[in-house]
Amino acid sequence: MYDVLVIGAGHAGCEAAAAAARRGARVGLVTFRAEDVGQMSCNPSIGGVGKGHLVRELDVFDGLMARAADRAAIHRRMLNRSKGPAVQGPRIQADRALYRQAMAHLVDESGVELVTGDALAMRVDAGRIAGVETSVGLLPCRALVIATGTFLDARIFVGEEVRAGGRRGERASVPLGSQIREIGLAQGRLKTGTPPRLDGRTIDWARLEEQPSDSTAWTMSALDDRVRRPQLACAIARTNERTHDIIRSAFSRSPLFAGAIEGRGPRYCPSIEDKVKRFADRDSHQIFLEPEGLADQLVYPNGISTSLPAEIQLDFVRSIEGLARVEIARPGYAVEYEFVDPRRLGSTLETRDLAGLFLAGQINGTTGYEEAAAQGMAAGLNAAAHALELEPVRFDRRTSYIGVMIDDLTLQGVSEPYRMMTARAEYRLSLRADNAVSRLGQAALAAGCLSGRRRSAIEAHFALRASSAWAETEEGRADALYAPYLERQQREWDAVQRDSRVAIPAELDFAAIAGLSTEMAERLEAARPETLDQASRVRGVTPAALSALYVAACRKAA
Amino acid sequence: MPTDTIFALSTGRPPAAISIIRVSGPGAHAVGCALAGTLPQPREAALRTLRDPDGAVLDDALVLRFDGPASSTGEDVVEFHCHGGRAVVDAVLSTLTRLGGLRPAQPGEFTRRAFDNGRIDLTEAEGLADLIEAETETQRKAALALAEGGLRRQVEEWQAQLLDLSARAEAAIDYADEGDVEGNADLSRYCVTLATTLSSCLDRPRIEPLKDGVRVIVAGPTNEGKSSLINVIAGADRAIVTDIPGTTRDAIDVPLALEGVPILLTDTAGLRDTDEPVERIGVNRARALAEAADVLVWLGDVHDAPDHPRLILVHPKADLPSCILPLEGTLPVSSVTGEGLNALLLEVGRLARSLIPAEDALALNRRQAAHLAEARDALQAAGTVEDVVLVAENLRAARAAFDRLTGRAGVEDVLNALFARFCLGK
Repeated sequence: MYDVLVIGAGHAGCEAAAAAARRGARVGLVTFRAEDVGQMSCNPSIGGVGKGHLVRELDVFDGLMARAADRAAIHRRMLNRSKGPAVQGPRIQADRALYRQAMAHLVDESGVELVTGDALAMRVDAGRIAGVETSVGLLPCRALVIATGTFLDARIFVGEEVRAGGRRGERASVPLGSQIREIGLAQGRLKTGTPPRLDGRTIDWARLEEQPSDSTAWTMSALDDRVRRPQLACAIARTNERTHDIIRSAFSRSPLFAGAIEGRGPRYCPSIEDKVKRFADRDSHQIFLEPEGLADQLVYPNGISTSLPAEIQLDFVRSIEGLARVEIARPGYAVEYEFVDPRRLGSTLETRDLAGLFLAGQINGTTGYEEAAAQGMAAGLNAAAHALELEPVRFDRRTSYIGVMIDDLTLQGVSEPYRMMTARAEYRLSLRADNAVSRLGQAALAAGCLSGRRRSAIEAHFALRASSAWAETEEGRADALYAPYLERQQREWDAVQRDSRVAIPAELDFAAIAGLSTEMAERLEAARPETLDQASRVRGVTPAALSALYVAACRKAA
Repeated sequence: MPTDTIFALSTGRPPAAISIIRVSGPGAHAVGCALAGTLPQPREAALRTLRDPDGAVLDDALVLRFDGPASSTGEDVVEFHCHGGRAVVDAVLSTLTRLGGLRPAQPGEFTRRAFDNGRIDLTEAEGLADLIEAETETQRKAALALAEGGLRRQVEEWQAQLLDLSARAEAAIDYADEGDVEGNADLSRYCVTLATTLSSCLDRPRIEPLKDGVRVIVAGPTNEGKSSLINVIAGADRAIVTDIPGTTRDAIDVPLALEGVPILLTDTAGLRDTDEPVERIGVNRARALAEAADVLVWLGDVHDAPDHPRLILVHPKADLPSCILPLEGTLPVSSVTGEGLNALLLEVGRLARSLIPAEDALALNRRQAAHLAEARDALQAAGTVEDVVLVAENLRAARAAFDRLTGRAGVEDVLNALFARFCLGK
């Protein structure tokens, strides 16, 4: 009997499994292929503005991503260096192979048992998760984390060609997908895409603008494992009018425009055909050429994700300065996949419909490794809590981006793949990448999921904070810089606190509240906010509806 | 059923030519059928005989039917346009009360439902409330401008500008490394420009003088004929007039309209030192009123007149031969002969008009002005900081102020603006 089973060993699954294990659970991690643990299926970079904040936050709880990233970093860049400390975002380019290796090592170190096989179906007993049927037999468990990414009934598009499958060359979890649909969890389809992979030996680097790595070797993790890889430069290429003409002439052959793809893609990660169509007035778009590894010739051209037919991809890529003789190692493609309405989840990422079932990562409609990993960790910590009867770990939007994300997902739902941006955080000035330990250290200590080394590091940090030397630290200076603004935010926060003390009973019937329109009641029912404060963030809920809700909640409590 | 069904007499107190009784809520159509037998097609009017449950005829009325959400409240609505006699209206209302399944509406409940159901926003709801209370033509037009979303449209325009500024700041932050993002050098300048626009709107006349009337205070020493003047203007014996100094103890309000400008004309106790306690209270109150007056009409010695930006000096009792000659700059007025009355009213009207919004201009109430001022201050602050993160933070505060103004909100709006404007993302 496992305490916690995790299906999927991607970024969410690995974090979920390791987090549950750190809280003392016996954990099994089910994956198609053992060598895919920690695979970076898309862009080989970790971090960025908002995303880097997430990585620093999960690191405080001894999450794996920051340390794996440090061990595999072949290029570092602190974004927004010239702007205020609140929005500086650490980002690294990882060597794919080294990253996978580091992640597999960390998962193994955490005591998680790897199960190689196909997860076929959930076993449910009296409304609770009881186990998972797999190709290697029934595995009983107390809690289950599904972190299957795009692998639930996914379809891949390259031009007119369509195949079932999640990542290129792999299978999709079709049976599990239909079961999720049967219990009414699936909501709709989203799409995402990747660019073609280029052979770096056929790129004329001399004709391109170089983007060097940062000279200071900062680390993602607060614990420095002192691994330093050689640092490589990236390069910047640009599309031109000829590139756009080639793309335009092939619009009819893009499954995106031909109507074959019904899922909605992210506004912030448009395919190149989308960019050319929607921003017809731009004569050029940037492409970042990112090396995929030290020993790897593959280059990831960030900025030209596409689902055009392979021969068109080659045509337009070769029209770009510096890429005239480039060879495509693998064409780009679009993936359309099924996702679950995250409003069906509570703030611990447990589904409301099935006790013991947790969902994390892309299946919840998010995009990005960091978003997936952060959810995975939150789901893992709470799955262990469910199995072992420990305190749940909840993240607050005032103190973490993880809280912002879970709050947004579970209250507002998604209509396009959700990506973290600092614009989503109203308390942005206090949620800095450099103060994650100060913000979350106490919560991490309380969760009982830390190694001895981490515990001492956090305690040392708090000791420094309490000393007179603090004002001279970088973090201390940033605190002082934002102090006047934080006072105003504190006042806003006090109002929020008042509202969050008004609990909305789980059995409250929104439809029966006088003064709530049917539409309002439906929105609230879908999101099932736990407090009045959460209700205020349900999309479209008006202040008047809130006051009606407030009256009803108070009456119920009386 | 999500809400209950309410009804109310929606026109003024009978008797009147017609009286409109409205029913709104999930049971509205059933109620309509109970009274009228059958209802017309949605958004059509038809003549029906209204009967009580025993079959007795109440009235022949025009009946209108609206189906939610396409109605003023967003719910199913039925309107009975009855004859406006007291007995008819009473009979219909008491029948509705007896029917069961519905109840009389609380004051403002129809508007509240319209707001709850997203048919109107907060500024429109306020405009509607003002419209119902409006007594003068100018009030009505200002209220109508609000109710028709005049303020909302203006606010939406400002919000769109603000969103655009926010989108630029956010793009500069979240898409730091992309060539497509323009520099934010001009951002501060645009913030200041928008702040200036808001300031000039805040400097315009407010809606309160229009709603509550421009306060015109008649003040001066005792026995100068203030009360006589009020009476002759009001055309009625509103104030007791005697030859005994100190007759007027309390302030007396006379509401009137001068060319559509609502005015509250107030008679006050004559100003003098007195030991009489009741009169002393009146005198103190008069001094306070004179200070707070929108327009001050002073009857008495010119040299004793208080400083006031809108002061009219009246030379009273101009009919009395014994009277000294009127001083330069004073207006000779006689309550007995009516001399100078028109000139006085013209001057009062002229000064009062300067205080109220022009008929087609948008006027803000105190709540709206307070939120707009918050937004203006935040925008001004945004114009003075260097770091784009702090610019964005101030813009966020400005957006929050606008959201409080209209009762709408959302980060999603910023993201929409951002992605519509910039080609972002790799």
